[in-house]
Amino acid sequence: MKTNEPKTARREFLETCGKSIPKWVLFFATIRAGTLSAAEEPEAYDPKQHDYAMGIDIHKCIGCGRCVNACKIENKVPEEPYYFRTWVERYVIPSEGDAQVDSPNGGRDGFPELKTEPDMLRTFFVPKLCNQCANPPCVQVCPVGATFSTQDGVVLVDETYCVGCRYCIQACPYGARYLHPVKKVADKCTFCYHRIRKGLLPACVEVCPTQVRVFGEAGHQSSPLRRFLRFNDVTVLKPSLNTDPKVYYAGADREVR
Amino acid sequence: MRVRRIPQQIVPLALIFAAAIAALIIARKLLVPATFGDLGYYRAAAVGEIAAQPISYAGAKACLECHDDIDQAKRQSKHRGLSCEVCHGDAARHVEAPDEVKLVKPTGRGYCPLCHGYSPARPTGFPQINAELHNPGRACMSCHNPHNPMLPHAPEECGACHRQIASQKTVSHHATLACTTCHETPEGHLTNPNVVEAQKPKTKELCGKCHGQGADSPPEIPRVDLESHGGRYVCWDCHYPHFPEAAR
Repeated sequence: MKTNEPKTARREFLETCGKSIPKWVLFFATIRAGTLSAAEEPEAYDPKQHDYAMGIDIHKCIGCGRCVNACKIENKVPEEPYYFRTWVERYVIPSEGDAQVDSPNGGRDGFPELKTEPDMLRTFFVPKLCNQCANPPCVQVCPVGATFSTQDGVVLVDETYCVGCRYCIQACPYGARYLHPVKKVADKCTFCYHRIRKGLLPACVEVCPTQVRVFGEAGHQSSPLRRFLRFNDVTVLKPSLNTDPKVYYAGADREVR
Repeated sequence: MRVRRIPQQIVPLALIFAAAIAALIIARKLLVPATFGDLGYYRAAAVGEIAAQPISYAGAKACLECHDDIDQAKRQSKHRGLSCEVCHGDAARHVEAPDEVKLVKPTGRGYCPLCHGYSPARPTGFPQINAELHNPGRACMSCHNPHNPMLPHAPEECGACHRQIASQKTVSHHATLACTTCHETPEGHLTNPNVVEAQKPKTKELCGKCHGQGADSPPEIPRVDLESHGGRYVCWDCHYPHFPEAAR
C-alpha cells in the first residue's frame, strides 16, 4: 500500500498541471501580445526587406532642373544657390583639354545658352546627388554617430545629434553634403526617406519629365530599378574609392566624376 | 589560517574609484540618448523621426482622384510621362484642402523653354525651339495645349517652325517667293515633319528657271550662263538661297 501513495500524488500533480496548461498559455500570450504591441510600429515595415537604390540615365536628361526645384521644396533646402541635395551639371567636352563643367544655381533655372563652338566634341547633362554609399566615408568619420546607414541602405543625418563639425562634408568624395546655414548641422539627400517610407517616390524621381531617374529596390525582381540595371551598361562614380555607391549611372562619360 | 588584512590605504582609494565609476555610469546613462546603439552607432529613434516628416509633393496618383479627365487626355499625348506636379508645383496641401490652396498654372513664355528651349546638351530628337525666333511674343499656350502639346492643326505658314529661315528671307530679294517654289513639300510634312521630309533642290536647273540666260522671268532679275558660271559647283555652294545677296 505504501508504494501506491506516491503514485497517487504524482497523478494528481500531473492532472493539475495538465488542467492549468490553457491558463499558462493564456498568461504568456497576454504578456507577449502586450510587449509586442508596444514595441512594434503600426505598419509592419521591415527595413531589412528593403535595399533602396537609384538609376540615372544620362542620355535622357534634358537639364530642365525640375528635380533640383522639387528637392528644394520637398526637403526645405535653403534657397541660396550654394545649398543642394541634388543638382544638375552640364559637361562640355572640348576636342582638347579638360572637360568644362557648370551648374548655375544647380541647374534650377535652366542653363545659359551654350554657343556651339567648332571644337566642342559633345555636351550633356548629369544629375548628381548623394550616392548613398554602402561603404560611406562620411559615416566613418562622424565623431558622434550623427550620420549613419539605416538597415534599408540609406545614409541619414540625425539633426538633433549632429554637432556641425563638418568632417563628413570634407570626407564626401562626391560633394553631396552641405552645412545647413540655419540649423548649423550637416544636411544631405535622404532619397526622400520620409516619402519612400510612405510608399511614394523621391520628389526628384516624381517630377522628372523624361524618366531619367529610376528609383527602386536593387534586390527585388519586380522593381523598375532591377530592369534598369539589367538593360543598361551601368557604372558608379569614382569606383576606385570603394565606396560602393547605390546610385547607378547609365551612359556616363569617362569625364563624369 | 591567518586572515590577511586589507592594507589601510586601499579602502579610501577603492571608495574614490567606486564613486568615480558610478558617476561615469550615471553620466553616461543621462547623456546618451535612449535608443542610441539599438541598431548601430546611432540614435535608432532618428530613423522614425525622419520617416515621419511631412511631404510636399503628393505624388501622381493623388491627382487622379479628382482630375481623372485631364489625366485621360494627357495619357494619349506626348506629355504622358509627366507628373502633374512638374508644371503645377507641389500639391500635398492642395490635396488636403482643394478649395483653399490652389496650384500654379505656368503661362507666358518663361516656363516651357526650361525643357523645350534649344540646347546642344539636350538629347537628339527631343523637341526644342529657339525661344527668340519661335513665334516671338506669343504665349506657348495660345497654340499648344500643355496636356496635349501636339498642334491640333497643321501650321499654316512654314515660318511657324522654320522661323529663322522665314525671317531672313523676308528681308532678302527672295522675299516674295513661296517656300514651295524651290522645296517640294509633301502633304504629310505638315503633320509629321520628322518622317515626311520636304525636298531641297538638287540641280542648278532649278535656279536657272529664273536666273538662266533664256529664262522666262522679269528682265531685272540677274542672269548667268549656267554652263560657264560656277563650274562644277551648284549655286548654293556660294549663294545662300534664303539671302542670296549676301556673299559667302
